[in-house]
Amino acid sequence: MLHLILFSVFGFICAAAAVNLLVQSHPINSALSLVVVMGSLAVEYLLLGAEFVAAVQVIVYAGAIMVLFVFVIMLLNAGKEERTKGSRVSLFIGIPGMTIGSVLMAWILITRSGTGSVEAGALPGDPRQIAQLLFHDFLLPFEVTSILVLIAIMGAVVLAARPEALQPTEEKR
Amino acid sequence: MVPLSYYLILSGFLFACGVTGFLIKRNIITIFMSIELMLNGVNLSFVAFAAQWHALSGQVFVFFVMVVAAAEAAVGLAIIIAVYRTRETLNVDQVNLLKL
Amino acid sequence: MTLGTFILVSLVKILLALFVLLTAVAYTVWLERKVVGHIQNRWGPTRVGPFGLLQPMADGVKFLFKEDLTPPHVYRPLYIAAPMIAVIFALTSIAVIPFGNWIAIGSIDTPLQISDVNIGLLIILGITSLGVYGIALSGWSSNNKYSLLGGLRASAQMVSYEIALGLSLVGVVILSGSLSLREIVDAQAGHFWHFIPNWNIFRGGQFVAFFIYLMAAYAETNRIPFDLPEAETELVAGYHTEYSAMKFAMFFMAEYANMITVACLASIMFLGGWRGPVFGPQILQDVLPIFWFLLRVFVFLFVYIWVRGTLPRFRYDQLMAFGWKFLLPLAIANLVITALVVALRA
Repeated sequence: MLHLILFSVFGFICAAAAVNLLVQSHPINSALSLVVVMGSLAVEYLLLGAEFVAAVQVIVYAGAIMVLFVFVIMLLNAGKEERTKGSRVSLFIGIPGMTIGSVLMAWILITRSGTGSVEAGALPGDPRQIAQLLFHDFLLPFEVTSILVLIAIMGAVVLAARPEALQPTEEKR
Repeated sequence: MVPLSYYLILSGFLFACGVTGFLIKRNIITIFMSIELMLNGVNLSFVAFAAQWHALSGQVFVFFVMVVAAAEAAVGLAIIIAVYRTRETLNVDQVNLLKL
Repeated sequence: MTLGTFILVSLVKILLALFVLLTAVAYTVWLERKVVGHIQNRWGPTRVGPFGLLQPMADGVKFLFKEDLTPPHVYRPLYIAAPMIAVIFALTSIAVIPFGNWIAIGSIDTPLQISDVNIGLLIILGITSLGVYGIALSGWSSNNKYSLLGGLRASAQMVSYEIALGLSLVGVVILSGSLSLREIVDAQAGHFWHFIPNWNIFRGGQFVAFFIYLMAAYAETNRIPFDLPEAETELVAGYHTEYSAMKFAMFFMAEYANMITVACLASIMFLGGWRGPVFGPQILQDVLPIFWFLLRVFVFLFVYIWVRGTLPRFRYDQLMAFGWKFLLPLAIANLVITALVVALRA
């Protein structure tokens, strides 16, 4: 019962913030709504017993990636969005299309899927067991993602650098 | 006891909002944020299924999705800064030099 | 215990912890003014009350009566929300910090901690990560080039030193085998060589990690020698230039509450938490651990204020180079060596 109440409250906050992301015209408001989505998702993960994933979601996603987004919005001085012809067309076609698609999918999921229920805290998601899986069964993906992150760091530094910072220094006479 | 389909509906709703944002928004940073919203919706369905089938690898995969999303966000935002520096605008409709 | 009793006990603990934290923030300000004053060969506050002890009250009344000016060109929603965000995240970390052992009042057995979570350390790291938003948003919403620069610099500094902070704590986690703060303190019980206590800084060999943590903590809380983003002589006042009265007081409170949280965490992870000689009747045995814990927090805060009065500040590029090119490799080296020692000992 308490599980259902908590799921509904935080699910509602999540959905409302996602809709707010679409409705707002200034990107900083969309960014802050996305932070609220990530926070409420972290609570949903906690309800399912995935405590390590919830903590990593807050630390990495809401605390680092979204801070990066907010930095870029501040640096580039992004202002309110303009309404162009292309965006009006996509508004009239896109929103009804997605609504119909998602209502259809929700109806199928509720009436016809054979899945059961989940209890609160069903799976023990403590760091010790996740570490067992991560360093034994998933060792290769783990090492590959570390190289991926290294490549991403180097790529980001090169792409965002000013052009004159990348010139080799000239020889002095 | 919450039926699993409720979690899947929330995940699908987040994904649908992400796709809608990707289609209707014109600011490049907001489009990128809709991509992150889609990734979050997918993460939720991973964790929900991991709880139902008692398979912890669902949560480990969420971990990898987050790492890849972080790398993608870093590189994507660097590209956005580079585009802004040359085109002076954040509106995707105006980044159309390759258009016929 | 039943759900009703649990909620009531938790509520009492929350109110008590908040009251103690807010009073501690006020008196940390007093301590700083006195200590920095004596370092600079002058008295600090002496007029208001004996030894100036009522100075925080006078400051509070002053902040309440000041004119709360909102400049016309700011982005209002975020301008008003940013100090609230900063204070909320600064005060929330107290929820997982243990102050003492389990105590029994009547028929109720409760730990001296608002909630004992398995992943307490990760929660504190997460809340520290979220605290960056208050500063970044306040710098941007003030619509002022000094605030924007100060806000961006402060948030970049906080994000960079968070990594060194987290990595310096992982060595302790490897030694204790748990992320729960209570279990980390319990793993530091006992003595070795008959009289040296078993704290992580001695027996665990984490003295390098302790100094990395100390320096990363100074940078996280924007204190000297890392306070370029908010120094008056540098950027007017950095991210809180446009704030007055109560909103400025909220930023001030958030900074000192962060200092206290960081000091509590250092005492738990490196200095043995609430361990100390306990003796006497049961009521004394419940209160003495709190006293030992507060003694360690006080020593840590005193070192904080001492460093503030003594050292000059770093330039911004020196600051960032220090965090990325020195502290981060050192923290990783500490982690690798600790992991090797633990693996080879087992």
